[in-house]
Amino acid sequence: MAKKQKYYHFLGCIIPHRYPSIESAARLVFKDLGMELLDMEGASCCPAPGVFGSFDRVTWAAIAARNLTIAEVGGHDITTGCNGCFASMFDADHEMKHDPELKAAVNEALAEVGREYKGTIEVTHHVDALHRIGLDKIREKVTRPLTGVRMAIHPGCHWMRPKHIKKKDESERPHILRDICETTGAEYVPYKDELICCGAGGAVRTADVKTALDFTKQKFDSLESVGGADIIVTPCPFCELQLDLGQVEIQKHFETEYHYDILHVVELLALAFGHEPEEFGLTTHLQYQMRKNEPNWERLGIEVQKAEDAVPTE
Amino acid sequence: MTSAEEKAPIDIDDVDTDFVEMIIKTGGPNIRSCYQCGTCSGSCPAGARTNYLVRGIIRKALLGLKEDCISGPELWYCTTCYTCTDRCPQDVKPTDVIKAIRNVAVAEGYMLEPHQKVALKVLEAGHAVPLDKESWEKLREKVNIEPVPPNASRFPDAIEEIVKIAKKTGFDKLVAEKEASE
Repeated sequence: MAKKQKYYHFLGCIIPHRYPSIESAARLVFKDLGMELLDMEGASCCPAPGVFGSFDRVTWAAIAARNLTIAEVGGHDITTGCNGCFASMFDADHEMKHDPELKAAVNEALAEVGREYKGTIEVTHHVDALHRIGLDKIREKVTRPLTGVRMAIHPGCHWMRPKHIKKKDESERPHILRDICETTGAEYVPYKDELICCGAGGAVRTADVKTALDFTKQKFDSLESVGGADIIVTPCPFCELQLDLGQVEIQKHFETEYHYDILHVVELLALAFGHEPEEFGLTTHLQYQMRKNEPNWERLGIEVQKAEDAVPTE
Repeated sequence: MTSAEEKAPIDIDDVDTDFVEMIIKTGGPNIRSCYQCGTCSGSCPAGARTNYLVRGIIRKALLGLKEDCISGPELWYCTTCYTCTDRCPQDVKPTDVIKAIRNVAVAEGYMLEPHQKVALKVLEAGHAVPLDKESWEKLREKVNIEPVPPNASRFPDAIEEIVKIAKKTGFDKLVAEKEASE
């Protein structure tokens, strides 16, 4: 029997603290695919690449490197469901391997807490881990094909850009995330602004939420101009927050109303693998909490039990 | 600022290069390769809706106009999407140049208050977006996972380590100085 692939599961901030349904769905999907996710005890903020990288590069790299040392000590590669966390750890690792001065400064800081960055583990995104296990293997697990569901994709930025460092996909015409999403049987809907940023990154959402939302609105309008979609799938929780909660905020700031169900790629797969939405808490997305509504089950093609009839899974 | 305002001419034969050297050292090593084609700004979703002009900032930096570069609030409209970096024909890595200029801006005390608050959260909780309300723990229980995740929210030692690291790099002061001056 093949050895089980084990990864350290790097959670970051937004997934465990605001969109825990992504964490829960990741656990279900990785288990279904025969991969093991290990707790990464004491991991901190990645820290946010556009935010901390903009404040002080050495501090950013040192906190990222501290996270890497947890995995180095344990001896397993990292996987994360967040574009930002992925970028912080992947880019810091890359930069320290190419900039001895940075590496020295980082290790000087880490020595204060008895740690040393060595550069011995690989940082992957869930998209990488899924792509490696293979589309056929993913397809085999699909027991609830999302046939007829019109699916737009928002890849976000930091998994694939900058392309010369990430070396993941052709960033002007990416296909890897789409290939994974299409295993579910959902129908891919192209739209002109698929590849523009959601607007949240680089500390822009923190500084000026209305400007950040203006990016998001452009994406929605671009999608509306091709007839809309039933769902938008993203591999990033910060993009998910911006697209999901962002709809409520756009309504406030721009008086325009959109109703898109936003799914992280592992949430999409969890549904396609036959898990019920309440198993991983799809309805906890902040959009539904704020609007006091639920996903559009009919559009998703999913029959759900009423909350009061639902039986706990264990 | 209007075109009617009188502007002193820039003597391009006598440019203060200290700022460019600072940028090169702080993570923008290729800034001198820029020939001002404007591909960056043409690709920029932030520039399409704000007065953020990446080409202009790079040119100003090359001319040594440090104060102009670091004091403008538009410097903070880059979402770091890296589209310009992927398209730049000269491999200037404009996003990294902007991040390096932001590092200089922060070091010189130009840090927006909401950014300072986020920075402090990491020093306080180990996370920029912390598990700071019971309702977030309840949300986790609703998705059938443990109320407190196995990250710095559960292990306070991790926060202590972050604080020590920040002290060593001087980040704690960088964030605190601004607090005192306001």
